[in-house]
Amino acid sequence: MSTILVTHRDDLASKTGMWLFLFTEMLLFGGLFIVYSVYRYRNPVAFHLAARELSVFIGTINTIILLISSTTIAMSITAIQKNNKKLALLLLGITVILGLAFLVNKYFEWGEHIKEHIYPGSSILALRGHGDVLFYGLYFFMTGLHALHIIIGLVFILVIATSILRDKINSENYVLLENSGLYWHLVDLIWIFLFPLFYLIT
Amino acid sequence: MSTQKNFEEPSYLEYKGKYKGIFSWILSTDHKRIAILYLFSLLTFFATGATLGLLMKLELIAPGKTIMTAQTYNAFFTLHGIIMIFAVVIPGLPAVFGNFLLPIMIGAKDVAFPRLNLLSWYFYVTGVTLVLISQFTGQGPPDTGWTFYAPYSFRTTGNMLPAVFGAFVLGFSSILTGLNFLVTIHRMRAPGMTWLKMPLFPWTLYATGWVQLLATPIIGITLLMIIAERTLHIGFFDPTLGGDPLLYQHLFWTYSHPAVYIMILPAMGAISEIIPTFCHKTIFGYNFIVASSIAIAFVGYFIWGHHMFTSGMSGTAQYVFSLLTFIVAIPSAIKVFNWIATMHKASIDLQTPFYWAVGFLFVFMIGGFSGLILGSLATDIHLHNTHFVVAHFHFIVFGGTGFAFFGAMHYWFPKITGKMYDSRWANTGLIIFFSGFITLYGEMFFLGMKGMPRRYYDYDEIFHTGNIFSSLGAVVMYFGLAVIIINLISSLRNGAKAPSDPWGGKTLEWTIPSPPPVENFEEIPVITKGPYNYK
Repeated sequence: MSTILVTHRDDLASKTGMWLFLFTEMLLFGGLFIVYSVYRYRNPVAFHLAARELSVFIGTINTIILLISSTTIAMSITAIQKNNKKLALLLLGITVILGLAFLVNKYFEWGEHIKEHIYPGSSILALRGHGDVLFYGLYFFMTGLHALHIIIGLVFILVIATSILRDKINSENYVLLENSGLYWHLVDLIWIFLFPLFYLIT
Repeated sequence: MSTQKNFEEPSYLEYKGKYKGIFSWILSTDHKRIAILYLFSLLTFFATGATLGLLMKLELIAPGKTIMTAQTYNAFFTLHGIIMIFAVVIPGLPAVFGNFLLPIMIGAKDVAFPRLNLLSWYFYVTGVTLVLISQFTGQGPPDTGWTFYAPYSFRTTGNMLPAVFGAFVLGFSSILTGLNFLVTIHRMRAPGMTWLKMPLFPWTLYATGWVQLLATPIIGITLLMIIAERTLHIGFFDPTLGGDPLLYQHLFWTYSHPAVYIMILPAMGAISEIIPTFCHKTIFGYNFIVASSIAIAFVGYFIWGHHMFTSGMSGTAQYVFSLLTFIVAIPSAIKVFNWIATMHKASIDLQTPFYWAVGFLFVFMIGGFSGLILGSLATDIHLHNTHFVVAHFHFIVFGGTGFAFFGAMHYWFPKITGKMYDSRWANTGLIIFFSGFITLYGEMFFLGMKGMPRRYYDYDEIFHTGNIFSSLGAVVMYFGLAVIIINLISSLRNGAKAPSDPWGGKTLEWTIPSPPPVENFEEIPVITKGPYNYK
């Protein structure tokens, strides 16, 4: 215990803190999952029909993209443990590109809906009834909040990459990389729940 | 335990670090300096909230318009609620005394994440600033009450967005403080301090940390939904779009009921420190106090429905929520019995903090019993949304948490500042405050039972006499507060130097000099005995 206090570094504490923070993130989305369940229970038919209009193809591509990006960030941790700085940076770069690809897909997907006047507050959407309004309201809000988390995750990863460049993160001290990896996995995991809720249950 | 060595290290008040002047405070990552930052900002906000409260009571001194319009009154009780709940009693004891004392009481040099700790303070100040901005910009101040009930919260023309977002940011601050304390307690206890050798104040902070962590995200997302509702018209809680306003109430109280345990648990912790010290006796039933803290934190999640008995719920749900509400009273009662049993046959040293602790027991019990009246279904139908609820709430939250806060302030003042205060003035202030408190809120029980509703600036003539008493009580209480605070401030300048252990306390903070040195301990202590080892 005394050595920890001298060096002012405790990796286990940092990781515990990160896990607790991820817990709060899960509860944040948990509130939305409750709202989703309530309205799905009340509007089963409308939710069923509205879900068919989403492109399962783009959704599946995005799921695969996020799963691969989770793999690459996990691999970059192993690379840094083996002191292979170049490989770690390369893998982080791939993660960032995949994250951006996810956002680009999302942009086109959202754009398609908005072109059809399907967005919260649209009068054409309102004509389709309460179930559709709630489905698309939840869809835009939840995927939007998720996309915000992707952006935050990307910023984290870029900051971490510059720390690797400056040798602040190395094979001796890589807890920050591990923590941003944990965060990225959480973002991935939340998508794993959003994908079936909006695209697959039809 | 009373060995006071000559520390070469300067105290935290003298040591300035890299920065000068005010920057040595607002950029400091020392948990003690951050605690002082919290103390000063919190007292400022408390004074603001208390002044709003006083003005509201003056409005109610006579029926009809007295000093403000109905709309101003709505804005005042909204702001009073937001400030007092989110910016004063929720951070209250953890942010001020928890920050200052938690590391010291568990024998650590700081919290686990000192920079995150400072960031929490910045979130805190930003949140309150946003709430205050909402008062002076846009189309008039928020007028929904602190609960932001849907659908009014997205239909009113009041300037809701900054206020709701401010509450969201304050929630962030609360989560980060809780997270920091949890990790600190898990990782940084001194060698030999097993879980059951930890003092009770850290124990209650531990239980509070979990509530902060598990409940606050729910209000976070709910407030974001209100913001989305106002700006994007999504329809989550809007009946015209198929949403359900009752769902908002459920989500809101899922957080806001556990939040009252964020308020009261650390207060119970502080009382559990004060009572054994002045009784010079080990606390009675240490294990029971620990277990009941955890039990309160746990059961506290499952009783939010008792805020909604009249909102529309199935009969089964009402019975279950009512039963669980009665169950949560049991661990609180266990604590009260423990505190009283500690005093039994003790040679009590009657000092100011002990008077506050006894005052706490008195008002906390009145608040607790009136809570049972509200928790039972039949009586709640009659009393819902009357002044009875206001009285109950203030007895618990101002009486419970507020008394414990001032008790803690008088208990740890010598440790924090290194100065003793004038206990004659402190006791005088307490007596004035206490009589004002009882007159102000005690009267509200009777007004509520007679049917006077809350949140109205006007009332029927039959409530006039009671309101005169209540409003006079508010003036007396405000005066008492002034005496207490002025006494403490003047003691900073004129008080005698405090010894390291003025009260004969046995926990670790009394083994180091007052005020504590920068690094708290020259050498991390090795713990072999329990925290209240008097024999």
